[in-house]
Amino acid sequence: MTAVIEHSEFSLPGVRCAACIAKIEEGLGHVPGVHSARVNLTAKRVAIDHEAVVDVPTLRSALDALGFAAEPVVVQNDDIAHRLESRRLLKALGVAGFAAMNIMLLSVSVWSGADGATRQLFHWLSAMIAMPTVAYAGQPFFRSAWSALRRGRTNMDVPISIGVLLATALSLFETITGGAHAYFDGAVSLIFFLLAGRFLDSAMRDRARDGAGALMRAMTPGGTVLLTGGKTEWRTADDITPGMVLLVSAGERFAADGRVEEGSSAVDRSLITGESRAEPVEPGAAVIAGSLNLTGPLTVRVTATGSDTTIAGMARLMEAAGQGRSRYVRIADRAARYYAPAVHTLAAASFIGWMIAGAGWHASLLIAVAVLIVTCPCALGLAVPVAQVVASGALMRRGLLVKDGSALERLAEADRVCFDKTGTLTLGRPEVVNLEALDTIERNAALALARASNHPLSRSLARALAQEGAEAANVTDLREIAGQGMEGQVEGRRARLGRPDWVGASVPGGEMLSCAFAIDGSPPRLIRFADRLRPDADEAVARMKHMAMEPVILSGDRREAVAAIAGQVHVSAMVGMTPAQKVETVNRLTQAGHRVLMVGDGLNDGPALAAGHVSIAPSSASDVGQNAADIVFLGDSLLPVPVAVAAAHRTMRIVRQNFALAIGYNILAVPLALLGMVTPLIAAIAMSTSSIIVVANALRLTRCAR
Amino acid sequence: MSGIGILIPIALLLGLSGLAAFMWSLSSGQFDDLEGAGERILIDDEPK
Repeated sequence: MTAVIEHSEFSLPGVRCAACIAKIEEGLGHVPGVHSARVNLTAKRVAIDHEAVVDVPTLRSALDALGFAAEPVVVQNDDIAHRLESRRLLKALGVAGFAAMNIMLLSVSVWSGADGATRQLFHWLSAMIAMPTVAYAGQPFFRSAWSALRRGRTNMDVPISIGVLLATALSLFETITGGAHAYFDGAVSLIFFLLAGRFLDSAMRDRARDGAGALMRAMTPGGTVLLTGGKTEWRTADDITPGMVLLVSAGERFAADGRVEEGSSAVDRSLITGESRAEPVEPGAAVIAGSLNLTGPLTVRVTATGSDTTIAGMARLMEAAGQGRSRYVRIADRAARYYAPAVHTLAAASFIGWMIAGAGWHASLLIAVAVLIVTCPCALGLAVPVAQVVASGALMRRGLLVKDGSALERLAEADRVCFDKTGTLTLGRPEVVNLEALDTIERNAALALARASNHPLSRSLARALAQEGAEAANVTDLREIAGQGMEGQVEGRRARLGRPDWVGASVPGGEMLSCAFAIDGSPPRLIRFADRLRPDADEAVARMKHMAMEPVILSGDRREAVAAIAGQVHVSAMVGMTPAQKVETVNRLTQAGHRVLMVGDGLNDGPALAAGHVSIAPSSASDVGQNAADIVFLGDSLLPVPVAVAAAHRTMRIVRQNFALAIGYNILAVPLALLGMVTPLIAAIAMSTSSIIVVANALRLTRCAR
Repeated sequence: MSGIGILIPIALLLGLSGLAAFMWSLSSGQFDDLEGAGERILIDDEPK
């Protein structure tokens, strides 16, 4: 076998059960050239190993034939890095768990009275287990602490690292000199508890990222290229270069920027401009990567690819806008700024104090280490991640994916909200407005025609007709006339569904979102489409106002289109805005001291989503929108947005309570440690109790997303 | 007391073998799709 093996991944939002897995894996196995297929149900993806002759569209249509809508997924290095990070944390957690259990077992015998040679033996055994564990499982903390220290800053990992390292070193010294107290159990179980918090945090974010990525990749990963000699080949976006000729069929997105050479069609640019009206294109017109070709096939000469496209320019604008957010300091690190120096001063002071009191350097050092262990921010380190994991889990069940660890913190601080119109307040897809224009016979015939086409208007019409209970009529000679519409014979009469002028209907004043239907012998019917408001949009906006968040609409659309929507939800609006103007507006609000929540979906909102203090996007958003947003919500309703805000407020209340609990415990334990009364047993009990209390308090958040 | 000399190594070895098994299953991808693993039990391998 000399065939080159390639690897492709598809996201499959539709798989949910064993039967689906079996159907897909078996079905793909029968496709010639496919070597193996493996479905991942958690990530809702399928990974396929296949020969190079099988291309992506073939696999996609094979999946379509099996009944699953599939989107090719570009495997990003970013995803892999995050996944490896989670796996490393899980390994470290396994090692720390093993070590903590065994050392605890040995320690229990020491506490219950083992002495002499037995105690020595147990201390040595503990040391042998603890030291490799600290060296391996402690790395995430040491690395983070070191990178903070190198930049002259401090974070929660600095006191953790110092505490763990000092406790281990001192215990080793005690073991060598035959001392009575060793803190190996404390050091290792500290690492175990903290790793548990950190792993939960990381695993939760991986899951949200998978979900967001699997929903829809609006950007085309590639397109069909016309080669010299008339052959066509499907290539990924990376392999398309300027000068090539792209064949773009109706309903497909452009994979690169270019100029139309042949054909005429209408192009949906809402991804870039937010304008819901389709724009007609003729030979010579410029088209932008990512926009959608609506009506007819086009031949496009590529002018720019990859990082030169308009989309990539937008991505750069976004990166610049997002720099403010990367400077955001998380609440745990803000607390550490005050906490770490205080703890270190306290430990140093207790050492000096006992030296002056004449306790000798050994006893003084022992007490200083006890202070460090007792104040080690175990509960503090769990306080934030556990609350966030529980809250994110609750939100996920409600259809909200939290992508960023600090998103809830930032969301709780927001006091202004900016909405995009198309796709955010509205559904962003055309819906039939006047279905009653058609009688029953016409409906059945129209369904038969609409079903056969991929055009967005046809699909919307077919969906609406099917919901109204229409049954497709028998159609013969069914054919699609490129750029015009569908034609067929219904009971010996010619039926047409398509562009109004082609069907013979007149369109009153500038309405673009419409098509016409006619059967020979009856007058043509004009079917109008409009973008509908999301369900519950009104209530969602009202709830946001109730939570003292002043809303405003930022739209790139025309005044008339925005005014109707703004009136329905009672919000003031700014119209005709370019992406840069949206960013400017958000920045102006930020400079005025407000924290802005940006809710948007399109590529044109990307920079504003990145510039906002925090951002939310619907799952129907463009890839860029979903990437830039901190939180993605599923479904049509807009209610998840106020639900997320309320949940964020509750989460932060619990986090503050947890901080109070953890610090309160320190206030009780520190005097004991200062007096030299904390033995390893007391330290172990105090540490686990405070951690359990903090976790139990955070579990109250399971119902925060109601 | 001499029992300890036998029992402790046994306990540690058992623990270590558990850890090794965990590490192996992690690196061979058995934790990649926890939901799918549960569902796959229901798939009939026999051709219908």
